Amino acid sequence: MKLELGHIDIHDIQFAAESAVKDGVLYVNAEAVKALVLEEENLKGCQLEIARPGESVRITPVKDVIQPRCKVEGPGGVFPGFVSKVDTVGSGKTHSLRGCAVVTAGKIVGFQEGIIDMTGPGADYTPFSKTVNLVMVCEPVDGLKQHDYEAAVRIAGLKVAAYLGELGKDVTPDEVQVFETKTLGESFTEYPGLPRVAYVQMLQSQGLLHDTYVYGVDAKKIIPTLIYPTEGMDGAILSGNCVSACDKNTTYHHQNNPVVADLYAQHGKTLNFVGMVITNENVYLADKERSSNWASKLCEMLSLDGVVVSEEGFGNPDTDLIMNCKKIEGKGIKTVLITDEYAGQDGKSQSLADADALATAVVSGGNANEVIVLPKLDKVIGMLDYVDVIAGGHDGSLREDGTIEAEIQVITGATNELGFNCMSAR
Amino acid sequence: MSKLKVLQYINQFFAQIGGEEMAHIAPELRDGPVGPGLAFNAAWGENAEVVKTIICGDSYFNENLDKAQAEILEMVKSVGPDLFIAGPAFNAGRYGVACATIATKVHEELGIPVLTGMYKENPGADMFKDKIYIVSTRNSAAGMRDAVSKMAPLALKLARGEKIGASIEEGYLPNGIRRNFFDKKRGSARAVDMLLKKLADKEFETEYPMPLFDRVAPNPAVKDITKATIALVTSGGIVPKGNPDHIESSSASKYGEYCIAGVDDLTAETYETAHGGYDPVYANEDPDRVLPVDVMREYEKEGKIGKLYDYFYTTVGNGTAVASAKRFAEEFSQKLRAANVDAVILTST
Repeated sequence: MKLELGHIDIHDIQFAAESAVKDGVLYVNAEAVKALVLEEENLKGCQLEIARPGESVRITPVKDVIQPRCKVEGPGGVFPGFVSKVDTVGSGKTHSLRGCAVVTAGKIVGFQEGIIDMTGPGADYTPFSKTVNLVMVCEPVDGLKQHDYEAAVRIAGLKVAAYLGELGKDVTPDEVQVFETKTLGESFTEYPGLPRVAYVQMLQSQGLLHDTYVYGVDAKKIIPTLIYPTEGMDGAILSGNCVSACDKNTTYHHQNNPVVADLYAQHGKTLNFVGMVITNENVYLADKERSSNWASKLCEMLSLDGVVVSEEGFGNPDTDLIMNCKKIEGKGIKTVLITDEYAGQDGKSQSLADADALATAVVSGGNANEVIVLPKLDKVIGMLDYVDVIAGGHDGSLREDGTIEAEIQVITGATNELGFNCMSAR
Repeated sequence: MSKLKVLQYINQFFAQIGGEEMAHIAPELRDGPVGPGLAFNAAWGENAEVVKTIICGDSYFNENLDKAQAEILEMVKSVGPDLFIAGPAFNAGRYGVACATIATKVHEELGIPVLTGMYKENPGADMFKDKIYIVSTRNSAAGMRDAVSKMAPLALKLARGEKIGASIEEGYLPNGIRRNFFDKKRGSARAVDMLLKKLADKEFETEYPMPLFDRVAPNPAVKDITKATIALVTSGGIVPKGNPDHIESSSASKYGEYCIAGVDDLTAETYETAHGGYDPVYANEDPDRVLPVDVMREYEKEGKIGKLYDYFYTTVGNGTAVASAKRFAEEFSQKLRAANVDAVILTST
């Protein structure tokens, strides 16, 4: 499967009478976007704001971040199972608006949404302080249950991202990247001398608003399976998560999976990147056993020499991570794990809830418990009502002078376990 | 900013007073820098200066622990430095323990910022790395320049009460406190690099060592010691005179197995120590002081023990890697088991 991914660089977003992409500026007709959002019968209001890098702006409570993309050639459309039909995506041509993002916000679960600061110390921890963001603060109809609210905001965000992405369909990209994964049979003859490597991505599926979707299917209902790495670039995997902000994978992270990118970068040079296994992180022991059995079995069937395994979330999924590691290593396949740490605010506690001697190679996205003080910023997009109870915050987090003292856990994407950031811990 | 006042602790060797034969000297306070202090002063320039140096023999410190610490604390109090530096001790075991012990004491009792440096396998490192900052140095004094280049900037930060970064940035031994820092490459690229190394069987460093402890559960007590066969095992380096198997004086790569059947007493004519990390005079005068064959023979005759096993196992525990020590023990413990030895007395130095 081969995908040409065309990047159109976006330097700014501006509201305008007509939506368009022109000379690196994304012009947005706010009324058209609002109308799209309000198609969701469970949403009664939508406030649109633009947040630019360096501005004294704080966005919270952040639910998801999505990159506008569109399909230019090849089967299917973006976000299959939601916005588009369920054709297999990941081939042909796709255009991506690089440098901008759609940010959905709203007090869905309150304590499980995040903060994005566009400037100041907090901005160093989130990749979304570097993108120009169109923020949609969505207001639910009265009496709406949280999971219905989440679903409405999720779908509204995807629709807006697809609508904006479509504006780049006829624009000439600034850069085109080509990614190709051969069939299993071809992979044996293509680079016979190189180690066979795959990527095992663990998807958050603990349930109760800790959900990820694959072609519209709730990931806790899948059995681990194979997927071409390019499928994710078209939005085949997306976030329905209201879990700690620092280490949930937003839809943007799935679209721009850095493990996929960095394995492709080495493909044919130092390794043979043969494909990708997706598995889940369900809460029942039988599910954990079954999924880790299957994930390791698929690695064996692919005749692999090594894998990178990425976790999502922490605590309970640490056991899935270690099970995957033990069972894959047990097949004689070498593993590197990507996780983050909860070593306590003093950094002295054991970082993971599980451990095993076979986990000899671990990459850390940092200690999520480390405390940071975020200064008062001039403008808040969304609302600060939930800062005290957000995961990583505490009673009194929001101080009288407007500063926020909290763990970096509150910052969207801060300790991402796909290895999206440079941060680590020692 | 005024020049920070530094007090440095060094041993008799780095003060160029002498080696083991001078390890007994009591603490002495001298004006200005001595030995490594000159390099520190050069590194600090106008920022800080070693104003006084405490020199103490390694044997004196370790054999008169309470007295030595009290004497040194008084000296530190009299100087009232902004910072206390001990060492660097590299792989010198007793010096490392002394540096880390006194630095910890100065920090805890007087609240003065302290820093020491040593090789990661120096016993002082394991004992104190969770209590004070210990900069990781090379295993010999040839690494002085490197040690000073890491210790000098960290010392300034400590003295000024500045924020200390992660161990990998500052050069101190991981102290069990996880700290965040921004690496040069993103995590996914680091993961791919690590995987390539792991696949090629090359050395790689995990970013999070799994917490594992090599715990050995104690065996149940010997039921009847009067019937037990007991073996002697030592890391004190006792070998037949001439060290026939050339066991290294430090960082040993092997152990020896020697027959003591019919030997009632180890003498200066027949045995010696190969150990290079402590004053060998007393061990060479009477090797029973480290490997007590004489007493065991008496106990054997009196029926207090069943039998002293015919062979003893020996190595040098001076900067010897834990992995090597473990490998030696795995081998000879199988031999001891095969010979139906019931118990072992382990002696060090």
